[in-house]
Amino acid sequence: MSQEMLYCAAGIALFGIGMFGVIVATHIIRKLIAVNIMGIAVFMVLLATARHGAVTDPIPHAMVLTGIVVAVAGTALCLWLALQIRLLGRGTKGEPPR
Amino acid sequence: MFLKLEFKENQATSGELSTTTRVLLAIAIVALGTSLIYAILSAGKAPPDLAAQVAEKLDLSGVGNPVTAVLLNFRSYDTLLEVAVLLVVAVAIMPPRLSSSAGKRFLFVNDTHNPHVPDPILLNLLKWLVPLAILLGGYLLWTGAYSPGGAFQAAAVIAGAGVALSLGGRHKFAWEISGVRLASSLGLLVFVTVAATNAFITGTTLQYPIDHASTLILLVETFTTVSIATILLLLFAQLKSLADPPGEMHQ
Amino acid sequence: MIPLGSVNIVLPLLVGIPLLAAIATTVVDSRRWRAGISVTFASLQLLLIVLWLVTLQHTGADAAYRYVLGGWNSPLGINLVADGLAKVLLLITAVLVLVLSIYSAIYFTDPAKTTRFWPLWWLLVTGLNAAFIGADAFNIYVALEMIGLAAVALVGLAGTRTALTAALRYALVGLLGSLCYLLGVSLLYRTYGTLDLAQLATETQADPMTAASLCLISIGLLLKTALLPLHFWLPPAHASAPAPVSAALSALVVKVSFYLLMRFWLDVLTPATTELAMNLLGILGAGAIFWGCIAAFRAQRLKLVVAYSTVAQLGYMFLLFPLVAASHSPSSITGAAAAAVVYFIVAHALAKAAMFLAAGNIQMFNNHDTVDKLQGLARTQPLAVLTFAIAGVSLIGLPPSGGFIAKWLLLNVAIGNGVWWWAIVVLGGGLLAAAYIGRVLHVAFSHPVAQTIDTDNANAARHPPGGMVLCALALAACSILLGFNAEWILNLLDASVEPPIPGVGGMQ
Repeated sequence: MSQEMLYCAAGIALFGIGMFGVIVATHIIRKLIAVNIMGIAVFMVLLATARHGAVTDPIPHAMVLTGIVVAVAGTALCLWLALQIRLLGRGTKGEPPR
Repeated sequence: MFLKLEFKENQATSGELSTTTRVLLAIAIVALGTSLIYAILSAGKAPPDLAAQVAEKLDLSGVGNPVTAVLLNFRSYDTLLEVAVLLVVAVAIMPPRLSSSAGKRFLFVNDTHNPHVPDPILLNLLKWLVPLAILLGGYLLWTGAYSPGGAFQAAAVIAGAGVALSLGGRHKFAWEISGVRLASSLGLLVFVTVAATNAFITGTTLQYPIDHASTLILLVETFTTVSIATILLLLFAQLKSLADPPGEMHQ
Repeated sequence: MIPLGSVNIVLPLLVGIPLLAAIATTVVDSRRWRAGISVTFASLQLLLIVLWLVTLQHTGADAAYRYVLGGWNSPLGINLVADGLAKVLLLITAVLVLVLSIYSAIYFTDPAKTTRFWPLWWLLVTGLNAAFIGADAFNIYVALEMIGLAAVALVGLAGTRTALTAALRYALVGLLGSLCYLLGVSLLYRTYGTLDLAQLATETQADPMTAASLCLISIGLLLKTALLPLHFWLPPAHASAPAPVSAALSALVVKVSFYLLMRFWLDVLTPATTELAMNLLGILGAGAIFWGCIAAFRAQRLKLVVAYSTVAQLGYMFLLFPLVAASHSPSSITGAAAAAVVYFIVAHALAKAAMFLAAGNIQMFNNHDTVDKLQGLARTQPLAVLTFAIAGVSLIGLPPSGGFIAKWLLLNVAIGNGVWWWAIVVLGGGLLAAAYIGRVLHVAFSHPVAQTIDTDNANAARHPPGGMVLCALALAACSILLGFNAEWILNLLDASVEPPIPGVGGMQ
């Protein structure tokens, strides 16, 4: 097991932890943190991938940079929605669909 | 699962899912993770990657930094859409434009009653820090062509200067002026314009004429930096103003 | 130097036009201008696509559908590809974008809302077009995020707490889905060293790594497509959004992830798929049909009825996978089962958009959309009820509608391959659909018990403007007309040929 594989495996473990968190947590901030952990886990796998040849591969590097921007955008939108909901009525429970 | 969304301070999260469901979920995720790790370990041989191709074509890209070459030349379409993704969130969060805002300046000194007494040390520090951060942003933008750096890094540092300024408490930004909308979409506009111009010059959208590639890339990067910095600062400022609305300052 | 006049230039234009419209509507300062720009750009986009398709039909230029962006061949660069499947979806998107733009220009009157709506709307369209013609797995990720975030922001535009909560849930599910997709794509890149779908298609093998990637990609896309156990986010989000947004979400947005699933299962990662997994998807689809219909029958609000109907109709599309598994055809993405499902997608898009617009008009007229309080609606709002009924005919699959042809094609494939049990699912689903549509129509045609308009809400209620009524009716009429012009869509699909595999690397 090479160093690069170890990083990949750790990234996947982190991904699983984030996935569990995002499904199980009910607090919005916890869910968002879990989503970000998942994102970072994917970036970790990508960065490890970049280093598994002789030369560093810039393509995963660029993918991570793009991914970070998208993650920032997604997180900001979720936070904005959460804050809007809080403004409309403090303490929110989503109504079940029916 | 996602049916219960809470947003309360000082509250221990109460589970929505039963213990059995959680255990089953944990088992499913562990199984997925294990099979993924097994798949990685079983993929023995080093697969081909694109590092060699990027290195080979780097001279034709107009920049010396392979990551910048990928972001702004080889895969510039990704970057174009990425800036558009930022615009999505910016438009969603932007406050509505007010007709009273005509002639208002973007950055102004907050002279209304302010419950926070601005910290004089912080304000003096900001006088140095903000120009320095903008200078650093410019450097990062420039150096991105040859070494680590580039539009996003530069924009993040510049937006950081804005964040510091707004945390100082003395300055405010007017997000409702039309200039904000222009600044947020400027990067995208220049990007699309350059892409279209390229189509006329070289016959292919997004293909830079080799002699002018570095100039055009710097042009695109500069305006993208302006847009990204504006949008990042906007996101921070809007979220902050929602988190503690002016009516109910904490304390 | 490639001549600019080549038809290929249409592909980048399909991303450029909506992007320019987004920028223009962001910057422009007046509500009228924003609406005007939007309708102009939407007409332009439709005109361009129609001209392009007609040109392709006439010249028979099959090679003219790959565009090498920046002159960098894959795997280094990103390519755009439009095969028959993508062409059909681009066309139906352009048609709906035009009609919905006209509808929205009348629907949104609050200037504060139009400043948000139009840029988000055009960014959503950019994402849709980009996802349909993207030939690069990572680029598709960016497009998916763009669609997801724009859709979330558009749902939140309704501004009520229900809508904002639904939007937040939608956002979280969307992010979870796209991250699963991204991890799958990362592992594919790690294994094959390319992100180009056509190259992946030639290189994939049935090893554990490919299977794992396909699994992750499928989880992500199934979440976004809202297949049965993962559908929980869809009804509240689609039901609480503003009417034109609901129409676009149900008609187009969920189809994107399904389209990508089709690509990955039937074209790109085919060696890693198994017959068992394909049948499982079919069973989940059958479950979605039955459960969605029952939930639609029991739903209290009209827009929820329509939203649950989307869950059910999405189920039919997943019958594609077991039908392909049964047919054992080598090029399954251009096979009969795929053609039937694409036809179904088009028919559903038209009917569902019409239905949501009709529901939006009814809601505007009554200021509520509780089904049980809609008595006498057929007398007060005859055109809205007519639209709802016509769209319902197509959803049930009665002749002579587009839905009928779609189901007939599905039945043909199912019986032709000897898997008659899927035919029963298709027919049973139609009966169940008749039940929930019949329930709404029954209430609408019954005599008003008392005053149908709530006296409290009477002030807010108003007659929907004629333009909005006509838009809905036009879409419903299209869904019927589609039944008479079936060959046209099928010809468009048959024109697709396996895309040529580009040479590795190098500038042209």
